[in-house]
Amino acid sequence: MALAQADVLAGLKEIVEEVAGIPAASIELDKNFTEDLEVDSLSMVEVVVACEERFGVKIPDEKVTDLVTVGDAVNFIVNASN
Amino acid sequence: MSIKTRQGSESQILAVGAYRPKRLVPNSEIVDRIESSDEWIQQRTGIESRRFADESESLLDMAIWAAEDALKNAKLTIDDIDTVVVATITFPFQAPSAATALLQRMGNPKAAAFDINAACAGFCYAVSMAHDFVKAGTSKKVLVIGAEKISDFTDPSDRATAFIFADGAGAVIIGESQEAGIGPVVWGSDADSRDAIQMNPSWIDVRDTETQLTKADIKWPNISQEGQKVFRWAVFSMSKAALKALEAAGLTVNDIDAFIPHQANVRIIETMAKEMDMPSSVIIADDIRKNGNTSAASIPLAMDALLDQHPELHGKLALIIGYGAGLVYAGQVVKLPPKP
Repeated sequence: MALAQADVLAGLKEIVEEVAGIPAASIELDKNFTEDLEVDSLSMVEVVVACEERFGVKIPDEKVTDLVTVGDAVNFIVNASN
Repeated sequence: MSIKTRQGSESQILAVGAYRPKRLVPNSEIVDRIESSDEWIQQRTGIESRRFADESESLLDMAIWAAEDALKNAKLTIDDIDTVVVATITFPFQAPSAATALLQRMGNPKAAAFDINAACAGFCYAVSMAHDFVKAGTSKKVLVIGAEKISDFTDPSDRATAFIFADGAGAVIIGESQEAGIGPVVWGSDADSRDAIQMNPSWIDVRDTETQLTKADIKWPNISQEGQKVFRWAVFSMSKAALKALEAAGLTVNDIDAFIPHQANVRIIETMAKEMDMPSSVIIADDIRKNGNTSAASIPLAMDALLDQHPELHGKLALIIGYGAGLVYAGQVVKLPPKP
C-alpha cells in the first residue's frame, strides 16, 4: 500500500533536520533542497539513505539528481512505495 | 612422497615511515581553475591544503624516502627485507615494477618484489598479503609501501577531483611476532560500480591519438569520480565492512584506540564514525585536512601523522580500512608499531 504524502513529508522533515540541521518548520513541499534549504550534494546522499531505511524504498543513485524539491522527494517515495 | 611446507608465525607492524612532498598547496592556489572557493572545498571535503610533488620528487623517490624512514624507525636495513610490495596506481611505467626499481636503487636487488593495484585500498590489501606471507612462512620481513603521484594523472581544471587528490608515500615494515599484531582482513569489491572512479582513456587510446597529443582536446588518462555515488558507497557500505573487520578480530568499537580510514574526505570519515557509533575515546585520523587524498599512501601517512601527534598510541589497537576505484575495499585491525 502506498504511503500517505503527509506521513512521508513529516518523516522527511525529521530526516532533513537531523542530517542538515535545518528546522523542520522551514521545510515545505515547494522548497528547493539546494537553493532554499542549502542541503549540499553529500548531505543529500545522507538524506536519501535515511529515507530508504525509514520508508523501505529504493532510491537509485541516478535518481538523486532528479529530486530537486522536497515535493519531488515526497512524490518519488510515495510512488516507489506503491 | 609428501610436499614439505613452511611454518610461519603471527605478524605485526614493526615501524612506519613517511615522505610528504615539500610543496604545500592551499585551496587558494587551485580555486580559480575550478571556479570554486576555499569555503566550498572545506565544507565538502575538510581539505585545507594538499601536497604536490615537483620534478625532484618522483613517485620512486618518494617511495624510497618513505621506505628509508620506516627502516630507520625499525632499526633495520634494506638487506633485512625479503619481500617488497608497492601499492600504487600512478607509477608511470607498465613494467618493470616500482618495487624492483626501489630495490635496485636501495641496493638489495634479490628480494621478492612486485606492485599491486587496488587503488585507495592498495595499502590494506598489501598489509593483508604481507601478514599472510609471514604467517605462511613465505616471508620474514615485508616492506609495504603506498606511493602515489596523482598530480601526474589529475586534470587541474576538473571540478570533481582537482581539489581532492594529492601526492606522497608511506611505508610499513611487517615482520614476525609472538602475538597477533594484524587481524583478519575483511575485503571485497563492488565491481558493478567500476565506473564510479576511473582513469581514462586507456593507453591504447593515447597511442592511437599520439600524433595529436599536443592538441588540447586529446585527453590524458586522468582520474575522474562520481562524488555522490562514491560517498554513498564509502559511508554506508564501508562502515559495515569496518564493523565486520572488528568482529573478525573479536573486538568492538569500544576496544580500539584509533581509527585510521583511507583519507578520502573528512565528511566520509565523520559520517562513517557516526554510522559505526564510534566512541569519543577513539582517536580518528584526519591527515586529509592538511595533506589531501593520497590514495594508497593515505593510511600509512595518516598513521605516521597520528603517532606524531599522539605518541601514546604506539603499540595500541587501530582499525584501518581502505576503499577506492574498483570499487574495492579492505580493512583490518592492527597493533600500531612500537615507539622507535
